[in-house]
Amino acid sequence: MAEILDTFFNIEILLRVLPFILEGLGMTLLLCAITVPIGLAGGLAVAWVWSLKKRYVNWALVVYVDFFRAFPPLVLLIFVYFGLPFVGVDLSPFAAVAIAFLLNASSYYGEIFRAGIESVPHGQWEAARASGLSRFQTMRYVVLPQATRNVLPDLIGNTLEVVKLTTIASVVALGELLHAARLAQSLVYNPTPIVAAALIYLALLWPAVRLLRHFEHRHLVAR
Amino acid sequence: MTSAEAVPPAPILELVALHKNFGPLKVLDGIDLAVRPRELVFVIGPSGSGKSTLLRCCNRLEEPDSGAVIVDGADIMRPGTDLNAVRQKIGMVFQSFNLYPHMTALGNVTLALRKVQGLARDAAEARGRAALAQVGLADKENSYPNALSGGQQQRVGIARALALGPKIVLFDEPTSALDPELVGSVLAVMRELKAAGMTMVVVSHELAFARAAADRVVFMEGGRIVEQGSPEAIFGNPREARTRAFVSRLSQGHG
Repeated sequence: MAEILDTFFNIEILLRVLPFILEGLGMTLLLCAITVPIGLAGGLAVAWVWSLKKRYVNWALVVYVDFFRAFPPLVLLIFVYFGLPFVGVDLSPFAAVAIAFLLNASSYYGEIFRAGIESVPHGQWEAARASGLSRFQTMRYVVLPQATRNVLPDLIGNTLEVVKLTTIASVVALGELLHAARLAQSLVYNPTPIVAAALIYLALLWPAVRLLRHFEHRHLVAR
Repeated sequence: MTSAEAVPPAPILELVALHKNFGPLKVLDGIDLAVRPRELVFVIGPSGSGKSTLLRCCNRLEEPDSGAVIVDGADIMRPGTDLNAVRQKIGMVFQSFNLYPHMTALGNVTLALRKVQGLARDAAEARGRAALAQVGLADKENSYPNALSGGQQQRVGIARALALGPKIVLFDEPTSALDPELVGSVLAVMRELKAAGMTMVVVSHELAFARAAADRVVFMEGGRIVEQGSPEAIFGNPREARTRAFVSRLSQGHG
C-alpha cells in the first residue's frame, strides 16, 4: 500500500512539481476561456446563417459542418499552426488554437443550436415578427432563449468535450495542464504529476457533469 | 367630423386583387376587400379556402404573389416599406396563442413595446398593465403562460396585440384551440373591443358571435370571396348555393 502511494501519490514529489502543474492549470483555464466562447459564438453564427434558409448557403454550411466534425482536431491544429506559414500566414500559438477551435467547435455547437432553433415552434417566429420585431430581435429575445433551454444538456456536454480537447494545444507549445504533468513526470520519473493532473481535471469537470445529469434528469421527468 | 355621414371614412385595410399560390395551388385567387374603421369583418369558409392565408397576407407574414395591401392609406407591398413599423398598426391574434413561454404575461405584452417602439421599461410596463387590465388579467401579469388556462393565454395574446396601439386587429381562429367552457371569456373580450370601436377582421367558426357582433360576414371558398353581406343576409338568406350549404353544415356542427 505504501508502495502504491509512494509511486502514484508521492506527496513530496507533488509539492516539488506543484508550481509547474498549477502553471499548466492556468494555461488550461486560459485556453478554455478562449475556446469555449469562440466555439459558442461561431456556433451561434452558423445557426443564424442556417436559419436564413438560403438554399445554396445552407449547402455550403452542411459541407463546412460535416467536414470539420469529421476532421481530427489535432491534425487541424497542426495544419493551422505549421501549415499556414507556408502560404505566408504566421500565427501565434494562441491565434492558431483560436482558429482551429473556431472551425471545430463551431461545427458542433452550430449543430446543437440549429437543433435547438428547430425545436422552437414556428408560431413563436410568427408572433414575434407580427408584432414588429426584426428577424434578429426575434432570434435574440424569443427563439434563442427557448432553443438554448431545449438543448442545454447538449451544450454542456459539448463544452465538456471542448475543455478536454484543449490538451491538444500542447502541440503548439502551449504548456497546458496535461503537458505540464507529462513534462514533470519525465523529470521526476514518477507518475504522481499525471495523477494530480487527472484529479484536477476531475475536480474541474465534475460539477459540469453533475449539472448535465441534473438537466438530463429533468428532461426525462418532463417527458 | 361633421361630414362623416356624407363621406364614408377611408378604409383602414384594403386588399386589392390579392393573389397567392402555394405551388400549383391558388390559395388566394383575386381577393378584394376593404375594412372600414370600427368595422368587424367576419370571415368564414371551409378549411383550405384561404381564410388564414388572407389574414397572414395583411401584414405580409405570408408574402402575396401579387396585388396591393393598403394599410392606413399606404400600400405595404411597395418596395422600401418599413414592414416592422407597419406591423405596429396591425395586431394579430393566433389560433394557438403563440405566447412566449419563457416570459411572464407582462413580458409577453411588453416585448415589442420595448424592443420595437423603444419604450423604457417603466413606460412599457404601464402600457402592458393597461392592456392586461383591458382583457381582465391585471392580476396575472407575473404568471407564465403554462400557469394560465387556454382562455387566459389567448386573452394575454389579445393584450399583446392591443398594447402596441394597433389600428386593426386580425384574429386567426382565436377560439378554435380552446375547450368549449373557455371560449366565452375570449369572445367577451372581443365583444368589448368591438364596443370600444376597434377595427377587427375575425376568421372563426363562432356563428353566434358573428351574429351578435359582426358588421359584415365574408364567405370564402377556393381562394375567392363567394359572397359577403350582413350576418342576417349571409346566415339567414344567402344568395349563393355554396354559402347556403356551408352555413347549414356549420350551424349543424356547432349547434
